[in-house]
Parts: sequence; structure tokens; C-alpha cells
Amino acid sequence: MRLTEFFDRGEFVVTAEVGPPKGFHIEHLVEEANEFLKGRVHAVNVTDNQSSVMRLGSLATCKVLKDNGLNTIFQVTCRDRNRIALQSDILSAALLGIDNLLLLTGDHTTLGDHPQAKPVFDLDSVSLTHAVKRMEEGFDIAGNAIDGEFPKFSKGAVVSPCSDSVDAQLAKMEQKVKAGVEYFQTQGVYEPEKFIKFMDKAKQFGVPVQLGIIIPKNVGMVRYMNANVAGVHVPDDMIEELKADKEKTKAGITGVEISARIIKECKDYCQGVHIMALGWESKIPAILDQAGL
Amino acid sequence: MLITQLKSKETIESLAKGKTFIVNCHGCKEVYFAEHEAEELQKELSETNDITQIVTTDYICHPDNLALQLKKHMDKIKDADTVIVFSCGVGIQTVAKYLDDKRVYSGCDTFPLPGFQGVTPLQVDCAQCGECYLNYTGGICPITSCSKSLVNGQCGGAKDGMCEVDKEMECGWERIYRKLEKLNKLDTLKYEPKVRNYWHPDAEQTDAE
Repeated sequence: MRLTEFFDRGEFVVTAEVGPPKGFHIEHLVEEANEFLKGRVHAVNVTDNQSSVMRLGSLATCKVLKDNGLNTIFQVTCRDRNRIALQSDILSAALLGIDNLLLLTGDHTTLGDHPQAKPVFDLDSVSLTHAVKRMEEGFDIAGNAIDGEFPKFSKGAVVSPCSDSVDAQLAKMEQKVKAGVEYFQTQGVYEPEKFIKFMDKAKQFGVPVQLGIIIPKNVGMVRYMNANVAGVHVPDDMIEELKADKEKTKAGITGVEISARIIKECKDYCQGVHIMALGWESKIPAILDQAGL
Repeated sequence: MLITQLKSKETIESLAKGKTFIVNCHGCKEVYFAEHEAEELQKELSETNDITQIVTTDYICHPDNLALQLKKHMDKIKDADTVIVFSCGVGIQTVAKYLDDKRVYSGCDTFPLPGFQGVTPLQVDCAQCGECYLNYTGGICPITSCSKSLVNGQCGGAKDGMCEVDKEMECGWERIYRKLEKLNKLDTLKYEPKVRNYWHPDAEQTDAE
């Protein structure tokens, strides 16, 4: 089911992200999704070779999750495919009944486990959105007619609200909306006041925004993100909170508390939440419970 | 070899807003410059637009030489609203960098040919992609200053203003944003989605103004 239908009904839309394994057995992923996500989220994002690390494909994983009764979001990056392959995969998604897309430029190849690979970036998040919109209107990006029924998707994209170049991010967000983006998921937020300020400017575009949550697992992880992950900044008092009770942090209780608290503080300013658990999918129900969702 | 080809007359007319100063570069012999066509076009332009001066010089890609060549014209340049440069992409970027607070536009697209690539000191780079984006991006090339050569704005990968791919390199799109902000021209970024044309060389296919 298309995500925009939930937004249109005024629901606070909850999504969570899963990453396919480096291999073709996904029983474990499906089990976890059934146990922790089914009935709790509106849709499950499936990442596309996340962080430029080669893994099982997003589309195939979406199909298996769909067959297991989960609503899915097919993440599509422009790093590994040119415009022909991208449009072809998007038609394949329509065939398989996957009707939610998250359209991204993608991390650079040099950041992953195949740094020698050719970075494609024939299209980017904006021109890919434009291509999907054209397909929905019955034409491919080169202007050739699509046969039969035109595909129809909910077209999502990402934005980085706590980026130190937030003005440039907002300019890009506006371009994405103009190209046809219908909902946004954000980079992980740890500073509610920055997010609220961002939303004050972003609301003018009239497109729903889901607050991004990356569950903080431990001090090492958040320090790594502070040093290396663009648009993510974990404040010192939160690092202290993770340090304070090592056992509690190890058990995931602190991470759940922090995540739920951020959601509560930001909830009134956005239209949903997107949780990136990075292997801690089992904690998602507790976060949603504590956040009152 | 490079070929510089003039942008369409309509495009150049639309760029020549207010008092306009024109720079032609007839520098290296490795660059084919459409001298005659440029002269004709600039003559026609002088009849309809406010062209305050046309300077024809050489090697504007060399920052010191450029400064020297423009020195005696600085009064006219300061007075101008717009500067249009007819040169390869390196020349335009060098002028845009030197005249940091001026609206500097490109009158040409640059295409590659096999052979020597001309004399440039490589402070900035031109990928000779054939559809010059410099008029949208404040004279900073998104193809060579962005690791992903993005043409529709910044990705999410800049941290503290630096590129995630090369931490020594400033994010090109952040530079573009700041430059346009300084020129009070941020509206320039609100264009229709751009799709690059890799089918080169084919000048007629370009839609970049």
C-alpha cells in the first residue's frame, strides 16, 4: 500500500529500515521483520547496497517481505546503475506490486567494500524522481512511450535536517519536491531543537516529513558517527547518558529511552518517524511503546 | 584540442542584463575559438543590450595574467552588472573566482577533441562536458568540484563543509550555494531537473543555458 495514502489519512506514519545480508538466505531477516515490525510499522524500507557495501538486492528482498505480508519501500540509489537500469528496475518493482520508492543519490563507491568500482551517478536523486514521474505519466526519461498501464508509486526522498549546510539542504529539498517527491525521511536526528527549526522552514513545501531515528547503541558508535557520518551530531550530554550505566546501555535500554524521548519531543512538528535500527530491530517495539505510538 | 562553441543568441541576450562587460580569450592555439561568430554576435548584442566594453585578451586561465589583463579595465568592470566570458570552462571559472562579487556568466560550451588540451595552470578544472553549467552555479563547476558531479544540488555527504569522499576537498555544492548567496542569486538554483547528456559531441542536444 502506498505510503501517501496513510499520510493523506492524517496518520503518524511509522517506518523502519532493514538491510539485506551479504548472501541470499534471508530467513533471519524475515523472522525478525515478522516478529518485531509486522503490525507496528506502516512500511519497511529495504536498503540498496547500504554504505556502498555489496549485498543482496533491495527489490528481491522487498518482494519476499511483501509475500510475508509486510508493506515495503524499495530504496533506489543512483550509484550503481545508469538511467536505463534504474528505469528498468522501477518497472520491475511495479510488476512485483512494490509501490513505495525511496529515491537517493547514494553514497560514493569509495566509502564501501568495493572502492575500486566505477561510481555511476548518471542520474541523481532529483533527476531520478523526475524519471519516475515521467514514467507515471506514460513516458521514459528519453520521451519514449510506456506500454500498457502506467506505473504508480509513492515517491520518497531523504533530507539532512541537522546538516551544517542546512540551507543548501533546504534548497535541494525544494528541488526534490518540484521534481515530484511526496514524502521525506530524514537523516538521524539527535538534536530536537535543530530538527524543529528545520521543520519550521521545511513545512512551506507542504510535503510530509518523517523524523529519522538511529538507535544509539554505545559510546563508540556515536563517537564514530560524530567523526564520520555527515549530518549526524550526537551532543555531549547524550554521550554522558550512554556512559553513565554501562550495563543499561549494553542491554539497549538507554538507546531505547533516548530514541523514544527524541520522538516525543519532535512528534508534533512532523508527520511520522523512520527508525534505522542497524541490527537492533528487536528494540523497535519498545521505542514505539515508550513514544506512545 | 578543445572546441568552444557559442551558446545560443537568445541565451546570451538573456544573460546580458544591465551594464555588461565582455571578455574574449584567444589564448592557446589548442583551443578552437569561434572568433568570427563571437564578434558578429557581440556586435548585434551591442545594438540591443548595454555592452560597456569588449576586451579580447589571452591566457585568462592564469590568475596572475588575468589580474594584469583586467587591471586597466577595473573601473568599467566595477561599474558593470554582468560580466560575460567567451572562453573555455577554465577561463570562465578563473574570472568568476577573481571577480568574486560579480555575476560572471559563460558565453560558451566547451567540447573535447583528441590531442593537447591547452595551457592551463589547473587551479580550476573544466571537464569539457559540452553543456556548461557555470551560469547556474555562480561560476563554480559542479562537474569538477563535486565528487559525484551532481547537477541538481548537494547530496547529504558534506561534513563541516568538506566532502565525504575527500576530506581535503570543500563540498562543491556548498561553495556554489555560498557564492550564489553572496551574489543574491539563489533563485538561479530553482531550475527544472537537469539530466546530463553523455551523447557527445553533439552540441545541438544541449539544453544548458
